[in-house]
Amino acid sequence: MRDTGTPLRQGLRFRLAGAAAATTLPWWADALLLPLVNIVVAFVVCGVVVWLFVGANPLTVGLTMIDGAFGDANGIGTTLYYATTYIFAGLAVAVASHAGLFNIGVDGQGQLAGIGIAVACLNMHGLPSFLAIPAAMVAGMAFGAFWGFVPGYLQAKRGSHIVITTIMFNFIASALIQYLLVRVMMPIGAGEPKSSPFPETTYLPMISDVLAPFGIDVDLTLVNLAFPISLLAALFVWALVWRTRLGYAMRTVGQNQTAAIYAGISPTRIIIITMIISGALAGLMGINVLMGEQHKMIIDYTAGAGFIGIAVSLMGRSHPVGIVLASILFGALIQGGQELSFDNPVFNRDLIVVVQGMIILFVGALELMFRPQLAALFHLLTPGRNKGA
Amino acid sequence: MDTVNMLASVAAAAVRISTPYLLCCLAGLYSERSGIVDIGLEGKMLAGAFAAAVTAATFGSAWLGLAAAVLTSVGFSLLHGVASIRYRGNQVVSGVAINMLALGLTAFIGNVWYGQGGRTPDLSGAARFQPVDLPGAQAVLGVPVVGQIYSDVLSGHSILVYFAFACVPLTAWVLYKTRFGLRLRAVGENPQAVDTAGISVSWLRYRAVLVCGVLTGVAGAYLSTADSAAFVSNMTGGRGYMGLAALIFAKWRPWPALGACLLFGLLDAISIRIGEGLVVPGIGQVPSELISSLPYILTVLMLAGFVGAANPPRAAGMPYLKER
Repeated sequence: MRDTGTPLRQGLRFRLAGAAAATTLPWWADALLLPLVNIVVAFVVCGVVVWLFVGANPLTVGLTMIDGAFGDANGIGTTLYYATTYIFAGLAVAVASHAGLFNIGVDGQGQLAGIGIAVACLNMHGLPSFLAIPAAMVAGMAFGAFWGFVPGYLQAKRGSHIVITTIMFNFIASALIQYLLVRVMMPIGAGEPKSSPFPETTYLPMISDVLAPFGIDVDLTLVNLAFPISLLAALFVWALVWRTRLGYAMRTVGQNQTAAIYAGISPTRIIIITMIISGALAGLMGINVLMGEQHKMIIDYTAGAGFIGIAVSLMGRSHPVGIVLASILFGALIQGGQELSFDNPVFNRDLIVVVQGMIILFVGALELMFRPQLAALFHLLTPGRNKGA
Repeated sequence: MDTVNMLASVAAAAVRISTPYLLCCLAGLYSERSGIVDIGLEGKMLAGAFAAAVTAATFGSAWLGLAAAVLTSVGFSLLHGVASIRYRGNQVVSGVAINMLALGLTAFIGNVWYGQGGRTPDLSGAARFQPVDLPGAQAVLGVPVVGQIYSDVLSGHSILVYFAFACVPLTAWVLYKTRFGLRLRAVGENPQAVDTAGISVSWLRYRAVLVCGVLTGVAGAYLSTADSAAFVSNMTGGRGYMGLAALIFAKWRPWPALGACLLFGLLDAISIRIGEGLVVPGIGQVPSELISSLPYILTVLMLAGFVGAANPPRAAGMPYLKER
C-alpha cells in the first residue's frame, strides 16, 4: 500500500491521476476555464436561492452589488479594504497548500496575532510611527507564526493531522482571546470586550494621506498602508514559492514526501517552516483591520476572514495573482452585499456567506464535476485531437 | 444534601449537553469508518435544527420537525457524498463548504421568512419534545443517592436523549456484529480489498453518509425542538466540531465515544456552573474559558500521541477510483 503523506495529499494525488486518465485539457482550460465555469454555476445557484426565497430578480441584485462595490470611490475603497484582509488570508492558505498542508487555522492564527498587535501597540507610547508600526507588525506576525508553528510541529514530529489540529487551535485561540480581552485587557467600565485604544503613532496611514504630498488626490475610504503591504506579500509569496530553494523544497514535499526525502529534503523541517510562514501571513490580517481601521483590539475581528481565505486560495489556484483577483472579488461581495442590505435589509451578511459557501463547494469540492463535459466539448471543437489520441 | 443536589444537577446538565455531541460523534464515526472525512457535521446539524424548528412551528408537531430535520440533514449529507464519492472532491473542502452553506442559508432563509434576524417562532406544547419521566421516578425520589441519580440525572430528559444513548450499543453491534459493519470497517481501511471482493465501495460509502445524515439531523432537531424552543442563527456554536473532537478522542470507537462525549459534556456543564472562575487550592483561579476549551486541548494532546495514539481509518479522506 502507498503510505506516504497525509490522507489529504494521497487523495489529491489520486484525484489528479484519475482526472489525467480521463481526458486531457489544455492547461489554460484547466487553470482558468474550469474554475470560471464553476464560479458561474455557483453564482447561478445563488441566484436561484435569491429568486426562490425572496422572489427578487437575481440580475438586479447582482447589478446592485456590482454598483455598490465598484460604483464610486467609497465603494472601491471599502472593497479594497476588505480585499486586503483576504489577500493575507488567501496567501496564508496558499503557502501551506503548496507544501501539501491544509491550514484551516488561518482564522485562529490571525485572531491570536491581534493580541500580539494589541500588546505591542499599547506599549508604544512615545515611539515615532516609523518604529512603532514595524514593531507592531512584527509582533502580529510572531504571534500568528507561533499559532501556526505548534500545529506544524505536531504534524511534522508527532504525526497529528494538521486539519484537525488547526481546527482545535481555532477554538483554543478564541477561548484564549475571550479570556485575555475580557479579564485582562478590557478597560474598566467598557461595555464590550475590547482593548484600550491604540496610541495614534501606531495607526497605519491612509493611502490618500500617503499620496497627497505627491499631488495625487485619491479618495479611497478605508484603504490604508496594509493594501500595498498585502501586494508586497503576494510578490514575496510568488518569489518564495517559485524562485527560491525553500519554495522548491516546499513544492516537492507537497507533491511527494518520499521523493523529497530521497532528494535530501527534510519534510519535517519544511512542514514546520511552511506553517510558520503561513501563520505569519495570517497574522498580517490584523494590521489592516486593527491598526488600519479599528485602532483597538476587538473580539472576533477577523469575522471569518480566515475561512474566506480558503475560498480565495482555491479560486486563485494558490497563485498570488489569482489570490489578489479572488480577494478583490470577495471584497466586492462583502461591500456590494452591504450596499444591497441598505436597499433591502433582507439581503444581509448571511447571503454573502451562502455565496462564499457555494464558491467553495463548486470551485473546491465539485471542481471536477464539469470536467468531462468540458473535455467532450473540446473534442468536438478540435477534431484533430481525436486522431492524434 | 446540597452537595448531592448540586452534583446531580451538574450531572443532569452533562447528559443534556453531551447528547448532541454524542449524535454527531456517532454520525462522524459511520462516515469516517467508511473512509469519508466529515468536518461538515456542524453544518448538517445546523441545517437539521433549522428544518426542525420551522416545520414544528408550522405544523405544531415536534415529530414532523424531526422528520424534516432528518430529511434536510440527509440532503446535505448526500451533497457531501456526491462531492466526495462521485466526483472525488476534496472531502475537507466539501465539509467547509457545507458548514458555510448551512450557516448562511439557515440564517438567510430564517430572516426572509420571519424577519427576526434568523430566529424562528417560539415553540411550545406538541411542537417541542417534552421531558420523559422514567417509570417510578417520583417514587424513588426519596431514596438517597440512588434515587436521586435515577430521578434527577437519568429521568426527565427528552426522548431524543434516550435515543442518542441507545445508539451507542446499537452502533457497537452494527459495527462489530453485522456484515454491514464488517464491510464498513473494511472500506475505511482498504477500499481496494472490498472492491476486489466484489462489493461496491461507493454504495457502502453512500450508506455510511446517509446514516451520518440521519444522526446529525436528530442532533439538530434535539437542539431546536427539545433543548431550546426555537432556532437561533448559528445555534450549534461549534458543537459539531466538539463531536469531531470526541470522535478522535474515542479513536473512532462507539463505547469510548460515549465516554468522550460525557466527559466533554461534563466539562461544559462545569464551566457553565462556575462561570466566574474556579479556585483550585495551590493553583489559584482556573478560568471557565480554560475548562470549556479543555476538550480541544485534550484532542490536540491525543493527536500528538501524548494521551495514547489516535489512528484514523487508513483510507479516510482518500477518494476511491475504481480500477478499470
